[in-house]
Amino acid sequence: MKILVCIKQAPDMASRFKVNGEGTWYDETDLAFRMNEYDEYAVEQAVQLKEQLGNTPDITVLSIGPDRVVEVVKKALAMGCDRGAHIQDDASFRKDPWQIASVIAGFSRDRNFDLIFTGMQSQDRGSGQVGAIAAEVLSIPCVTTVVGFAFNDGVITARRELEGGVKAVVKLKLPALVTCQLGLNTPRYPTLPNIMKAKKKELLSFPIADFLQDKELTATSSVYPPAKKGSGVVLEGEVNDMVGKLIGILKEKTKVVK
Amino acid sequence: MKALLICEYREGKLLESSYELTAFADRLGADKAMVLIGKEAEAPRVNAKVYLADAAKYGEYNPEAHKKVVLEAIKRENPDCIVFLHSSYGWDLAPRVAAALKVGQVSEITGINEGKFEVGLCNAKLRRTVTPRTGKMVVTIQAGAFNWTGEPRGKAQIEKIELADAAYPLEFVGYEPARKRDVDLARAEVIVSAGRGIGKKENVAIIAALAKALGGELGASRPVVDAGWVEHSRQVGTTGQIVAPKLYVACGISGAIQHVAGMKKSEFVVAINKDKDAPIGEVADVLVVADVMQFVPALTAKLQK
Repeated sequence: MKILVCIKQAPDMASRFKVNGEGTWYDETDLAFRMNEYDEYAVEQAVQLKEQLGNTPDITVLSIGPDRVVEVVKKALAMGCDRGAHIQDDASFRKDPWQIASVIAGFSRDRNFDLIFTGMQSQDRGSGQVGAIAAEVLSIPCVTTVVGFAFNDGVITARRELEGGVKAVVKLKLPALVTCQLGLNTPRYPTLPNIMKAKKKELLSFPIADFLQDKELTATSSVYPPAKKGSGVVLEGEVNDMVGKLIGILKEKTKVVK
Repeated sequence: MKALLICEYREGKLLESSYELTAFADRLGADKAMVLIGKEAEAPRVNAKVYLADAAKYGEYNPEAHKKVVLEAIKRENPDCIVFLHSSYGWDLAPRVAAALKVGQVSEITGINEGKFEVGLCNAKLRRTVTPRTGKMVVTIQAGAFNWTGEPRGKAQIEKIELADAAYPLEFVGYEPARKRDVDLARAEVIVSAGRGIGKKENVAIIAALAKALGGELGASRPVVDAGWVEHSRQVGTTGQIVAPKLYVACGISGAIQHVAGMKKSEFVVAINKDKDAPIGEVADVLVVADVMQFVPALTAKLQK
């Protein structure tokens, strides 16, 4: 079985974000990058499936972006993927979901993957489109928002997460594409031996021009900080001072504290 | 402009959130038609054409069939804009329709800024406007961003859609109901919620102690539940419980959209977070910029005096 996992590198969401100089995206200066959280679950599920099937499947992990994204490909290799592919593009943030999905489809097309895992969305852009569009372009079945995954006798049983804690149980056969929701599994920390092993794994790099054929279907017209800050009170300073102030506010504004 | 609105339907009922689509169309000043894969008796109460396909035949989750129904409605109606809710149904189906038509999709619209669609970037810490480059476009709207008020009054003009017989690749087996909750947060007057910022499972007790000191219930954000620190019945958010207590205290919670959607109707919100820019600040009446594990014990101690 050939498995593809598509991952993105995203900035640490606890960062302070500023608009970049051109006004076209967020400024990358001083940001720490890591694997998009949703994609961690995708990598883990692929590796768990490989282990379930006696380590016979071969997992390719793919990421698109500037050279720094190789870091997350290496982490995925250390988690258990077999080979890495980096589609190089210094301006990947400018590629819209259609372009990213069609590049993934172009990469996948002749490589005959039986199963493709992606995160259901990225933490930075969060459009939630790439997985489903790639499946549509490849004409393979797709199920999104998966919080439960089982594979037996060629059939996937997936549990989709709906609003209010309800789940929908869905079955589908291979080839298929699955987009992963948070909580699907518990992503493993790469062990030191596996990090060392990963250094020997194949990691190929391709220019995005090898796969990019289409223009964007949507474009970012402007990026800006939110207009209104919260209209609430901000307390800063010494802890005990703030405790006193907060209790005062709660006494005044709510009936909760007397 | 003509908008085609795709209704939400589950367990035999039209979801009321479907009317948010009409509120969005009204904001655009667009003529509207709707699509429902459901039963005729559940057709939305709007004075508009409603394309109806039978859920008994096509199923409640069958994206390939639903995509074909929507594409057929698009063929007949020729809308400029096809609108979905950004829900587990909408974000699953919208990109399939957009890709089939090769048109641009704008996801999770939060507002309209000078005629352009505004969406969040980096957990809504920044905003951006997105412009489709294609004549037709698909959009999804954030749940609760476009509110409709009042009672829907109207009579749908039904037009049926039947697809040619086909086999579909996904088999919908059924729903698993939400686990029985041993705590009903929807009835709590005070909720104190633990978020990732508490650091580790052992610190939940400190948040629970504050909840007790305020006479309230412990709640939690999703990452804390996923990590197994707090049980799912205490999760606040779109995939947990929607709450509206008199006082909501968010401890170490950044304010991801899905969490905020679950608690923004609270009467008074206090957020404790060392990140002054955390999105939770936008819904907080008071933002305490502090380390949760320093502030909360001090607050609890003072309250207990």
